[in-house]
Amino acid sequence: MTLALFEDRGTPLDRQRFTWRELVGKPISKLDDDAFTRVRVILMNGIENEAMRFLHAAARFNGELRVPFAEVRRVEHHQATMVNWLLGPDHSPLETTIGYEQVAIEVTAALAQQEPDAYLAQNYRFGLLEDFDHMYRYSALMDRLEGKDSNNILQSYTDVMPGRPTVVEHRAPENDVRRPFDRRTAAPITKMNALTLTASEQQTHNYYLNIGPLFADPVARQLYAEIASIEQQHVTQYESLLDPSQSLLENWLLHEATEVYNYHSCVETETNPRIKAIWERMLSYELGHLHMVAELFKQYERRDPQELVGERLPTPIAFESQRDFVRETLAREVDLRPSGADFVSLEEEPQSSLDYRNHMNSEGSPSEIVADGYAWHPGTELTRQAANF
Amino acid sequence: MQESIDSTRLGTNRTGMQTSPALSKEMMDNAQLEPNETSAGLDGQALAEMRAEYVREADPLGSIPPPATAKGALKSGMKMMTCSRPQAFIDKLSERLAYERAGTRLYEAAITKFLEHSEELPGATVSDFTHIRDEEAAHALLIKECIEQLGADPTAQTPSAALVGIETMGILQAVTDPRTSLAHTLHALLAAELVDEAGWETLIALAENMGQKDMAARFREAEQHEQEHIFKVRGWYESLTLESGQLV
Repeated sequence: MTLALFEDRGTPLDRQRFTWRELVGKPISKLDDDAFTRVRVILMNGIENEAMRFLHAAARFNGELRVPFAEVRRVEHHQATMVNWLLGPDHSPLETTIGYEQVAIEVTAALAQQEPDAYLAQNYRFGLLEDFDHMYRYSALMDRLEGKDSNNILQSYTDVMPGRPTVVEHRAPENDVRRPFDRRTAAPITKMNALTLTASEQQTHNYYLNIGPLFADPVARQLYAEIASIEQQHVTQYESLLDPSQSLLENWLLHEATEVYNYHSCVETETNPRIKAIWERMLSYELGHLHMVAELFKQYERRDPQELVGERLPTPIAFESQRDFVRETLAREVDLRPSGADFVSLEEEPQSSLDYRNHMNSEGSPSEIVADGYAWHPGTELTRQAANF
Repeated sequence: MQESIDSTRLGTNRTGMQTSPALSKEMMDNAQLEPNETSAGLDGQALAEMRAEYVREADPLGSIPPPATAKGALKSGMKMMTCSRPQAFIDKLSERLAYERAGTRLYEAAITKFLEHSEELPGATVSDFTHIRDEEAAHALLIKECIEQLGADPTAQTPSAALVGIETMGILQAVTDPRTSLAHTLHALLAAELVDEAGWETLIALAENMGQKDMAARFREAEQHEQEHIFKVRGWYESLTLESGQLV
């Protein structure tokens, strides 16, 4: 079911209030909730964080709108809190990491298939295969450090096997910068897909940078350092798909529409009724933001907001296992490499990227070391090895 | 490379107030030594009440999955089938499986530490450590077989299995930190082994209650191993700690 964006005006901003008790409610169950409930929680935290970061940056470039920026940003902050605090404390940092990579794989794969622009879809498939490899490396770390099976988090929705090897994902910065969509011709779904993935990868990058030092194990510390670096590359890739000539208000309107679209997708697919009620509340708040920004857009730009974001939302994001698509993409595209804004064969990779990664890897590759000889096995590789004793 | 003795050296530790007498005096000048009467709950009551509210409303960590087939449960004996909560046994078996797997990885990290410091502990050899590691791995396999015999899923993470992962996070951090000495590492291993042994005791009692005599007998063997682990690790830890105490 699609949503008419401008029919429901949502909750007015002055009625979007929280208490500390509301912000810190009951978390989801790591064991009993569906993995895609956790996927939605992680994704929406990323969407909210992007909303805040964007509005903070916007305030540095515009004095006139600083008050409305601050008003909406305060609510976005509390929405992020309410959503992110749904992750139970029994998720270890490494288990949450597995959840983050499941988001990166399943959501990127879903968006790649719904993306009408062939070039952007190519970018998504490219990034997908790198995050897919991160899942394999982190699963090896989880098994070999904590003796745990990453499939307890994945619930058999997502494969654990090598993708484009992390060791070769490191490349010169100029080979991470892509061509943006054209704001005048791109479909609303194209704009929202690019923003969704920018948000998702940005929070993953931040998360790894923050939690990497929590680990005592030097292999874990190196692996987080290495994969955080790739996530930074991914943010560069995805944000370079956004048309830089979008005006500030156009950008803000797009952010709010993206939030509405994502929350609506959550409402349509959520299996936990208590969490679904939270998505519905958040959706109503975002519709309130959208309408407020739409009025500002009309006032300052003298344009119709519907021209930008359409009349109705696109089909909701498919929060479900994309196993077949991922496997097909892996078989076809694992050897692609970027050269500037284009994708080329393995042999054509620019020397600048080779030089960069040869140096980064010259004192050892944590992603190779941690997964040396690793193959995912139900219940950890120990239950296979133990038969030898 | 640091040795265990280095962790008890005198140095420039800055955390205590006596290190900075002048600054400490300034801190005390500004400190509220008397409780603020208007501040509710300085005795911790308000804090405890907030926690209690969450405890009353909390959902459980999760559940135990039902067996995929009753075949294994039937084969394993009627007591299992007629017991009111056989899943409590499954939960504890899963806990031990998770613990033994984590213990195996813990010893792998400890072996690395020992190899770098082996001269500190002449009474131990690497084969002493690998022997313990291998027994932890063998215990994991034993539990996996028992869970399968009962028709349950050894790959499932039950609430108690998830919880031991939380409980042992600190121990794992202590062992894998390259800065911790061999004595620190052995102290962390001793904590792990003491809880491990207690876990096997509970499991033996549960197995007997369930009429699982063969399992109980196999678990007693495992418990015997754990007692040997405690004896060895405690001995190594004490010898290192007493030695460094004498040297200081």
